[in-house]
Amino acid sequence: MTAITLSGVKKRYLKNPVVHGVDVTIESGEFVVILGPSGCGKSTLLRMIAGLEDITEGTIAIGDTVVNKLEPRERGCAMVFQNYALYPHMSVAQNIGYALKVSGMPRAEREAKVLKVAKSVGLDPYLTRKPGELSGGQRQRVAMARAMVREPKVFLFDEPFSNLDAKLRVAMRAEVRGLHRGLGVTSVFVTHDQTEAMTLADRLIIMNQGVVEQVGKPSEVYHRPASLFVADFIGSPAMNLVRGFFGEDGHFRHGKGGMIHLPTVAPSLVSQEVSIGIRPELVRRVPANTKDAIAAVVDYTEELGAARLIYADADGSRLIAVDHGTDALGTGMPIHLAIDEADLHVFSQDTGRRIELGAAQRAATNSRINA
Amino acid sequence: MIERSPIFDFITYATMILGLVLVLVPFWVTIVAGSQSLQEVSQVPLNLWPSGHLLENIQTAWARADLGPKMINSLIVAVGVTTGKIVLAALSAFAIVFFNFKARMLCFWLIFITLMLPLEVRIVPTYSIAANALLPFQTLLDTFGITSLLEMMSGVRVTLEWNLLNSYTGLILPLVATATGTFLYRQFFMTIPDELVEASKMDGSGPIRFFFEVLLPLSRTNMLALATIMFVSSWNQYLWPLLITTDRANFGTVVMQLKALIPAQNGTPDWNVTMAGALIIMLPPLLVVALMQRWFVRGLISRDK
Ligand SMILES: Nc1ncnc2c1ncn2[C@@H]1O[C@H](COP(=O)(O)OP(=O)(O)OP(=O)(O)O)[C@@H](O)[C@H]1O
Ligand SMILES: [Mg+2]
Repeated sequence: MTAITLSGVKKRYLKNPVVHGVDVTIESGEFVVILGPSGCGKSTLLRMIAGLEDITEGTIAIGDTVVNKLEPRERGCAMVFQNYALYPHMSVAQNIGYALKVSGMPRAEREAKVLKVAKSVGLDPYLTRKPGELSGGQRQRVAMARAMVREPKVFLFDEPFSNLDAKLRVAMRAEVRGLHRGLGVTSVFVTHDQTEAMTLADRLIIMNQGVVEQVGKPSEVYHRPASLFVADFIGSPAMNLVRGFFGEDGHFRHGKGGMIHLPTVAPSLVSQEVSIGIRPELVRRVPANTKDAIAAVVDYTEELGAARLIYADADGSRLIAVDHGTDALGTGMPIHLAIDEADLHVFSQDTGRRIELGAAQRAATNSRINA
Repeated sequence: MIERSPIFDFITYATMILGLVLVLVPFWVTIVAGSQSLQEVSQVPLNLWPSGHLLENIQTAWARADLGPKMINSLIVAVGVTTGKIVLAALSAFAIVFFNFKARMLCFWLIFITLMLPLEVRIVPTYSIAANALLPFQTLLDTFGITSLLEMMSGVRVTLEWNLLNSYTGLILPLVATATGTFLYRQFFMTIPDELVEASKMDGSGPIRFFFEVLLPLSRTNMLALATIMFVSSWNQYLWPLLITTDRANFGTVVMQLKALIPAQNGTPDWNVTMAGALIIMLPPLLVVALMQRWFVRGLISRDK
């Protein structure tokens, strides 16, 4: 089957570096999602795999072949574009069958294949229509059928659903997932929508400003973010990140004189500039007299239906907590919050990378990742 | 833009009607005069109502100006220019828009500059090239001393000559070599989304295939609009055919023959024949415009998605 190996891949436009050296191996049959904010180089990376963009440095291999010098058509990839990119003057059937026609497949065989693929994505009633006479979702289906009909070694998707409405997007997501399960073709999917990424991916590649921040399973990326960027980028509401340093007395000092008692974490990290992070759903509300409770003041709350988000201020640092209580909470009211040291993430403020802590913490994250 | 006010409506309609009258009156006069007899047409003032002699006037004009073969000449030139122009325009715009080569900007500007130099402006140099199309090469050979070198070595003096006077090639080529069509095509090609180009690359189609199977079908309305414009304008050419054809009997075009239909200074003032001739001569472009106008308008103002 077909793995994709990127080694030291860089891209510069003129003098302007856009991708700064990517080393990733995408396993055969894997569904990998490249996730990152706008402009981080996701599309550029994908297009280098497709052969639509020159590779400035490094190599890309598809299967055992280094494809740097190969034309797109020789790489065995099929691509689905954001704006569908269907040929406006051709019917749905012609659009789907165009690649086969170019490759010189006899007409009868071609038509049989087109029909089969069109059926599999529910397009058979529309085969004679032009793309202009289809809805957005149908067009995207044509684009997918066009990619599937060639039986490629690799599927590439560049934000294929970002022009669809929310409901259709969820439906298409399920469809792509089902398609992949059925065909088992190595797929690379670019998106900046993290829900889409988390639900689709076998593995995620998280990019920021042309650098790969982390590669891992969705749960891994969520529960053990490798950098401050990932911690902040993944998850909604975002992870609480509080900047400060550990004192000799086992307290973490932050904001305007704020202190959090973290006796087991502190000793190894004394006086380093760090950010500590904790997911909002792991921040608990506790009664006022609880030991080591963090005193905070409510800024505002957001009702989510099943729960509510409390945006609180603890001595100048923002903390968000997911709360299941039903009592009235108004701006300025005092509350008390508590966190478990095992749930804590610590990131070096210098490098932005994660600092691994003791065994208890590792066990907690591992159990979550494997849950 | 939609504007609703009676005064504005009135002004718009008045302007349009005035314009229509200005365009139609000369036309009407031509038809009227073309259908009258010599006596009727010589009356002052001219009777503005048609009479019954149109057919015989047309026959006289046809015979006098030898319009049969001239019509064919005109048709050859007009169709030749139109075809040549479309091919040249589509190919050059294709190169400029879709290929990344070093001299791209240079080519673009060279073509752009010819917009500022219509045939009438560069008619003298164009003529001298038409007289010997290989003249530029001869000049090159001469300046670099290759001619004299060859002469020294072989004793033969190289003189390149390819005369385009009195030929269809000479009539057609200089009219083809202008930039307007290239620009129309360039504008259209720029509206083709990059993703479509990339999709066709992923589908495995090379540039030639892309050109014929995607670009050309998509540019059909543009092509017909350009064809209409080019047909009419090359049919109406006067100066260039006049200059390049000395052998009028064989290579004259109908528009040149109009001159032959104008009554001589002291001859019979049979303007009715002249007008009937004019009617024949303007008929083909009129037909082309009438047939093509649907495409023509669509190609210039909108594009189908
Ligand atoms: N042809 C180009 N010439 C110069 N710079 C480019 C070119 N194409 C892209 N870039 C730059 O490369 C960077 C990455 O672009 P890319 O399209 O890969 O971003 P992206 O991650 O796909 O963003 P988005 O989510 O908005 O699609 C951007 O900063 C962009 O400005
Ligand atoms: Mg992109």
